[in-house]
Amino acid sequence: MINTSLKELSAQLASKKISSVELTQTFLDRIKGLNPKLNAFITIDENKSLAQAKAADALIASGEAGPLTGIPVAQKDIFCAEGWLSTCGSKMLHNFVSPYDAHVIEQFNRSGAVNLGKTNMDEFAMGSSNETSYYGKVKNPWDLDAVPGGSSGGSAAAVAARLCPAATGTDTGGSIRQPAALNGITGIKPTYGVVSRYGMIAFASSLDQGGPMAKSAEDCALLLNVMAGFDARDSTSLEREKEDYGRDLEQPLKGLRIGLPKEYFAAGLSADVAQAIEAALTEYRKLGAQTVDISLPNSKLAVPVYYVLAPAEASSNLARFDGVRYGYRAPEYTDLADMYGKSRAQGFGAEVKRRIMIGTYVLSAGYYDAYYLKAQKLRRLIAQDFTNAFAQCDMIMGPTSPTTAFNLGEKSDDPVSMYLSDIYTIAVNLAGLPGMSVPAGFGANGRPVGLQIIGNYFSEAKMLNVAHQYQLATDWHTRVPQGI
Amino acid sequence: MQWEIVIGLETHAQLNTQSKIFSGAATAYGAAPNSQACAVDIALPGVLPVFNRVAAEKAVKFGLAIGARINRKSVFERKNYFYPDLPKGYQTTQLELPIVAEGGTLQIQVGDREKTIRITRAHLEEDAGKSLHEDFHGMTGIDLNRAGTPLVEIVTEPDLRSSAEAVAYAKKLHSLVRWIGICDGNMQEGSFRCDANVSVRPVGTETLGTRCEIKNLNSFKFMEKAIEYEVRRQIEILEDGGRIVQETRLYDPDRDETRSMRSKEEANDYRYFPDPDLLPLVVDEAFLDQARASMPELPQAMRERFMRDQGLPAYDAGILTTSRELAGYFEDTVKALGGEAKMATNWIMGDLSAQLNKEGLEITNSPIAAGQLAGLLQRIVDGTISGKIAKEVFAAMWAGEGDADTIIAVKGLKQVSDSGAIEKIVDDIIAANPAQVAEYRSGKEKVFGFFVGLAMKASKGKANPAQLNDILKKKLAG
Amino acid sequence: MSLNLADVKRIAHLARIAVEEDEMPGYLQQLSNILNLVEEMQAVDTAGIEPMAHAQDVVLRLRNDVATEIDRHAAYQAVAPQVEAGLYLVPKVIE
Repeated sequence: MINTSLKELSAQLASKKISSVELTQTFLDRIKGLNPKLNAFITIDENKSLAQAKAADALIASGEAGPLTGIPVAQKDIFCAEGWLSTCGSKMLHNFVSPYDAHVIEQFNRSGAVNLGKTNMDEFAMGSSNETSYYGKVKNPWDLDAVPGGSSGGSAAAVAARLCPAATGTDTGGSIRQPAALNGITGIKPTYGVVSRYGMIAFASSLDQGGPMAKSAEDCALLLNVMAGFDARDSTSLEREKEDYGRDLEQPLKGLRIGLPKEYFAAGLSADVAQAIEAALTEYRKLGAQTVDISLPNSKLAVPVYYVLAPAEASSNLARFDGVRYGYRAPEYTDLADMYGKSRAQGFGAEVKRRIMIGTYVLSAGYYDAYYLKAQKLRRLIAQDFTNAFAQCDMIMGPTSPTTAFNLGEKSDDPVSMYLSDIYTIAVNLAGLPGMSVPAGFGANGRPVGLQIIGNYFSEAKMLNVAHQYQLATDWHTRVPQGI
Repeated sequence: MQWEIVIGLETHAQLNTQSKIFSGAATAYGAAPNSQACAVDIALPGVLPVFNRVAAEKAVKFGLAIGARINRKSVFERKNYFYPDLPKGYQTTQLELPIVAEGGTLQIQVGDREKTIRITRAHLEEDAGKSLHEDFHGMTGIDLNRAGTPLVEIVTEPDLRSSAEAVAYAKKLHSLVRWIGICDGNMQEGSFRCDANVSVRPVGTETLGTRCEIKNLNSFKFMEKAIEYEVRRQIEILEDGGRIVQETRLYDPDRDETRSMRSKEEANDYRYFPDPDLLPLVVDEAFLDQARASMPELPQAMRERFMRDQGLPAYDAGILTTSRELAGYFEDTVKALGGEAKMATNWIMGDLSAQLNKEGLEITNSPIAAGQLAGLLQRIVDGTISGKIAKEVFAAMWAGEGDADTIIAVKGLKQVSDSGAIEKIVDDIIAANPAQVAEYRSGKEKVFGFFVGLAMKASKGKANPAQLNDILKKKLAG
Repeated sequence: MSLNLADVKRIAHLARIAVEEDEMPGYLQQLSNILNLVEEMQAVDTAGIEPMAHAQDVVLRLRNDVATEIDRHAAYQAVAPQVEAGLYLVPKVIE
């Protein structure tokens, strides 16, 4: 049951071969057994989950079920869910029981899916290893000494270890794709504006985007069908026709032009990852695709631009955490200024404070033009690179991450080296493009490798098709970590 | 040394929308604490702003009313600072690209002088909540009902040269925003409040002196007093060889003085940047057309029309166009009366205004409606009553005794126009006052008034004055 | 552009994050490293390039002016650190 696809689970639920309560209980039991090892979940609430499962079973019995009715889905703790502790991985929100639902949560509730619990994450989604969570590190189920990646590391580890059939993530600079790659699962970050950000606790508003993390591209399509859609409560949500992201899954890939940016295969890419990606490309050629060499000349600027823009937005987005209306307030203080300073110093972890401070600096008088404005201009150049590239190819492919999962503690004392683990994913967020990661084998140390697929704006259905055809021809996505 | 006063005003006018600028919470004044502060207003984690169309419409109407250029694309920015009444830790406002750009002006009248005040810009922004300092165990209470109320901040050039000009401008602006229906203008409730940037410089010099900003002037009287105090303070410092420190000050009406606001003193660095949650606000031709179509005739145009078509003096036309309601009352009266604009103006600006002021009423609450006033004036025009009797009828109308005709009938105030009756009165007076008659006939025509007085008294004021004059003249001539 | 301790102090204050004196050098080092990382931007000529603030080139949607929200202050204040009589309480604000 734990390795079954969503489509198959849905069929079994519909035919009453299994009930949602049984399915939910199965996963809750797995979480109880394995979460102490992995720490993938921050909050589990059996009663709430089972009540939803019961309601789903009733819905199925009444014949009104949809494709996800009764399916348990783990939710990244960045999504506010009414009645659930919603911490965003931070001490700042250690006691924040959300009084409202995020749009994504509402959509899942409407579809009859079951909230299986809230997954661990880097604090306020700032991190690439899940080591910045106030609720402890998440471990990579493929190797408990390895990081699961971040920031959606809890969701990725939970899917990989089969603690849930599927999960949600958010991606500001690679936070869906990089952990998906490092855990050998499939994840897609849609075009900016496709999934509503309402109720998704903001890190960098102009970059943040929610998306599904699951065992396969086919599962991701079903999940994205529920998550995507216009929401009037998010001014950046795009008003578009509802689409079926699974509509093109079965299309052949003959004639597909795959662009290979030379910058993504240059120095810095580890040999074992390069080898796995090369093998995946060979597979694509077998499927009838052709590869084209392209260039994204401003790629090297993506990390610098991102580490100006994202902290700048974050420094402002996180100003609301002031100990006045919700969240952590320091137990002792002398006056208002002291209350602010201490609550924020104690409520935020080291990485969050670093980013708030760097963001404050780049926006401050005298530095705005040299940093913030400069970065916004370079952002346009980076986006333009992709526009030019898509004149030559249909999809862009390359590694998701330059290495397989690194060891816990390996980079946690060196923020800058940590930042560089996102060199291939960040540009996609700056451009607002959709990107995904697909399992593509293993590195020298036996840890998973992810193939990144970057599509043009609104090409999610095509990307899922490209990934699905690969998954029909390979079995990397069916591999399960052993020995946990 | 002679000093020149230089003042620029920044006015915050709350736009009278139903809902807030970025949320669907109601904007009504006086609700229970935080009952109108929704998830967006209290800045729960994850919530996002959605902009209110009507706030843009009202700001555009203002821009059109002052003849300013409207920015076809304006941008919301975040002004970052920490304050307990600012839930997000930033105020969403406009800096680089405000919705109303340069080019706007307002005409003010000070004494018999007219002056044009240039308006630099007007931008959209959100109001903050309120801090309540009553004692909560030594703590401050925060009410966020006002947070997110739409504001338009209107900024002048430093064109004002006295407290009187500042007040004249503020009153004119206050009347304009109410006229075009974008702000209720309620100053007690904080719907319209001004900050004054005040500096002085030696007469004849060009460079601006160091200015102080006086915050939150919420009455015209306080504005006048605060500016006057501040000017005196600055001149005293300068004449004693001191230096003005640029700072934010608060007016204390109880002590009639301004004092430094310590909380605003630390150097601010607001780190403005475009709000990533809000896209550029685009005002297209259709939007502008709609705003133009919904615009009433503006006071300046109406004033000119009253002068041109009704022959009113500039002063009268200016007074009548201080509010749309007053102008409407005037127009309704003249329409019902079929002309006689000057007479209507005199009554509206005279007896009616005096009575309204005395009882603290607005024109809209006048116990005498425009049609009723016209009914009274009609009786003066057609000679039924004299102007003097009309005042008596007016008082009775005010007291609710009915319309003019009823009161004239019940009280028997109809003017005597029967020449036989008037002749009889005149004959009796002439017979009883031979000495005065002789005086008059010897050329002392001043004594004529004496006869008029006696005749009026005898007729209980009801004799038709014109007729009485004719008959008296004829009979005295012998 | 290099950072000094006074900058760190100023930034920490603007961001309302209390930083102890002994933490300052650590922050200085880490923030300087990040600034070195982003310094690469300065080498590129960006004259004439329009800044990109949003991922999509779209304009603001306008909401109708209707009050839709109901009073939920009790639910919202259930998670507040300190409230009384419907008000959020904070240390005394001095104006």
